[in-house]
Amino acid sequence: MSKKFSLHVNMDSFLPATEEEKAYMVQMRPSSTFFRDGVKRLLKNKVATVSLIVIVAITLASIFVPMFWPYSYESMLGVSPGKPVDASYNNLRPFQYGATEQAKLAAGERVFPHVFGTDSSGRDYFIRIVYGTRISLAVGFFASIIVLIVGLTLGSIAGYFGGKVDMIIMRIVDIIYSLPDMLMVILLASVLKVSLGPVIEGTALARIGSNIISLFIVFGVLYWVSMSRLIRGQILSLREQEYVLAAQAAGARGGWIIRKHLLPNCISVVIISTALQIPNAIFTESFLSFLGLGVNAPMPSLGSLASDALNGLASYPYRLVIPAVVISLIVLSLNLFGDGLRDAFDPKLRT
Amino acid sequence: MNAKTLGYILKRIGLAVLTVWVVITITFFVMRAVPGGPFVGEKAITAAAQAALEAKYGLDKPPMEQYFTYLKDVVTKFDFGPSLKQRGRMVLDIIADGMKTSAKLGVIAAALALVTGVVLGAVAALRRNKLIDKVIMVITTAFVSMPSFIMGSLLLVAFSIRLHLLPANGATPAGLVLPVITLALYPMAYITRLTRSSMLDVLGQDYIRTAKAKGVSGKKIIFGHALKNSLIPVITYFGPMLAYIVTGSLVVEQIFAVPGIGRAFVSSIINRDYPMIMGTTIVLACLIVIMNLVSDILYKVVDPRINLE
Repeated sequence: MSKKFSLHVNMDSFLPATEEEKAYMVQMRPSSTFFRDGVKRLLKNKVATVSLIVIVAITLASIFVPMFWPYSYESMLGVSPGKPVDASYNNLRPFQYGATEQAKLAAGERVFPHVFGTDSSGRDYFIRIVYGTRISLAVGFFASIIVLIVGLTLGSIAGYFGGKVDMIIMRIVDIIYSLPDMLMVILLASVLKVSLGPVIEGTALARIGSNIISLFIVFGVLYWVSMSRLIRGQILSLREQEYVLAAQAAGARGGWIIRKHLLPNCISVVIISTALQIPNAIFTESFLSFLGLGVNAPMPSLGSLASDALNGLASYPYRLVIPAVVISLIVLSLNLFGDGLRDAFDPKLRT
Repeated sequence: MNAKTLGYILKRIGLAVLTVWVVITITFFVMRAVPGGPFVGEKAITAAAQAALEAKYGLDKPPMEQYFTYLKDVVTKFDFGPSLKQRGRMVLDIIADGMKTSAKLGVIAAALALVTGVVLGAVAALRRNKLIDKVIMVITTAFVSMPSFIMGSLLLVAFSIRLHLLPANGATPAGLVLPVITLALYPMAYITRLTRSSMLDVLGQDYIRTAKAKGVSGKKIIFGHALKNSLIPVITYFGPMLAYIVTGSLVVEQIFAVPGIGRAFVSSIINRDYPMIMGTTIVLACLIVIMNLVSDILYKVVDPRINLE
C-alpha cells in the first residue's frame, strides 16, 4: 500500500532548480514596454499632445530667440553714452520707431521692428517677454527639482526607516501641511529678500539675485511635504504588494526587489508629481513678482512684467495682456500635459 | 458620534493649536532675523532718538523676553502691539478696520463661487459628454490656470477702462463687483470640477440604480439622492477656498484699491511694519487653520464612513 502511494509522487519535482529553470523564473515583461505603452497612450491623447507641443515651442523660443534678436532685455534704446536721453524711444507702440531709427528708415536702411513696442524706459518689450518667459520657466523647473530632492530624501527616509524617524518626519509634515502656505511664502520671501543680499554679495549666486534664491529656499522648505508624503506612501504600500511577495518567494533578494519592482513602480508617480509641481512654482513666482517680491530688476519675469504694466494700464493694456496670455498658456498646457501624463503612465492615480 | 470620531476631532484640534503656535513662533523669529530695524530708511534720526524708539517699543530687550511677552499678549488679549508706521494706532484696530471690507468681499465671493460652482458642476455631470459639459469643462480649466492677479487686471481693463461699465476703485459698493468676481472665479471653477466628478461618482452608485428601478422620478433622484451625496467632497474644499480667497485678496485689493486687510498687509511688508506684518499673518493664518479644522470635522461628521487617518 505504502509502495503504491509513493508512485504518485514524482521525486524529480523536488530536485534543485537548474540554471535554465532559474532563468525562467525571472522572465519579466521587458521594462521598455511600460514606457512605450505610456508614450503610446500619451500620444493618443490629443489635448496632452497639443499641450506638449505648446510647451516645447515656448521653451525653445525662450532659449533661442534672444540669440538672434538684435535688442537686449536691459538696454534702454533711448540712452546712449554722452548724449541726452532720447525720450522718443519710451512707450513706443508695436511697430513704431524711435527718432534716430526713423531717420535711418528715411535714409533707406532697414531697422528691426519693435514687435510689441517698448516699455516706459525704452526697452524692447518683445525681448523682455521672451526673457521673462525663460526666467519663469527656469524658476518653475528648478523649484520643482528642489522640491523633488528634498521630498524624495525625507520621504524615503521616513518610509524606509519607519518607527521614530518616520513619526518625527511625519509630524513635521503634518504641521507644515497645515500652515497657510502662501502667507508663509510671502513672509519668508519678504525677509529673505532683505537678509540674503549681503550674504551672497560677490558670489556667483548674486547674479541669480537674492529674490529668486529666496524663492528656491521657500520652495525647498515648504513644498516638499506633499512629495515626501507621496513617496513614503508609495514605499510603504509597494512593500506590501503581492508581486513583491511573489518575487521574495521566488528567491529574489532585497536589492533586486528594489531595482526591479519598487523603483519602476514608484518612478512614474514621482515624475508626474514633479511635472505637476512646475506650473505651481510658476504660479507662485508670478504671484510674488506681482507683489514686488519676485525677480530683481532689471531682470524681467512674466509676473513682474504684468505688475509693471499696471501703471500704464489705461494707455497700454496690451503690455498686461501679453504676459497674462503667456503665463496662462504655460500654466494651462503644463497642467493639461501633467494630467495626460498621469492618465497615460499611472491609471491608479486617475481621479 | 462614536469615541473614534471624538478622538479624531480632539487630535485635529490639538494639531490646529500647535499650528497656530508654530505660525506665531515662525513669524516672530523670522521678523527678528531681518537686518536693520523697523526705523531704518526713515528720515535720518539720531542714535539717541533711535534708542528711545526701540526702548518704547520694547525692541531693546533680549529676543526671548520679547517673544514671551508677545506670545502672552497675543494669546491672552489679542494684543499685537502698536503699529510702528501708523503712529498711535493699534495693529488690532487696523486689522479690524480692514477686516470689515475684506470679510464682505470674501463672504460674497465664497457664496457666489459655491452656488454657481455646484449648479454648473451638477449640470455638467447630468449632461455628461454633451456640448454644455464640454463648454463648462473648457472654461473652468482656463479659469483654474489663470492667476488671480491676471484675472483681476484683465477684468479691470475690459470692464472699467474699455467699456466704462464698472468703477475701477473698490472703495464703493459698485466697485466691489469686479473684485468679488475676480476672487470667485477660481473657487467657482474648482467647485464645478469637484461637483461634476463626485456627482458622476454618485450617479454610478447602486442606490441610484435601485431608486431608478423602483420608479423614482428623475427630479427626485437628483435632488433627493444624488446632489446631497455629491456635495460631501465640496465640504473639504471650504478650508482651501478660504486660504485662496485670503491670498487672492492680497493682489485683488491691490489692483482695485480696496481698503481691506490684504492691502494693509502688502503695504506693511513694503514699510517693514513688524507688528503689523506679524499681526496680519497670525490673524489670517488662524482664520485659515480654523476653517480647515471646521471643514475637516464637518466632513467626518457628515459622512462617518470616511476614514481620515
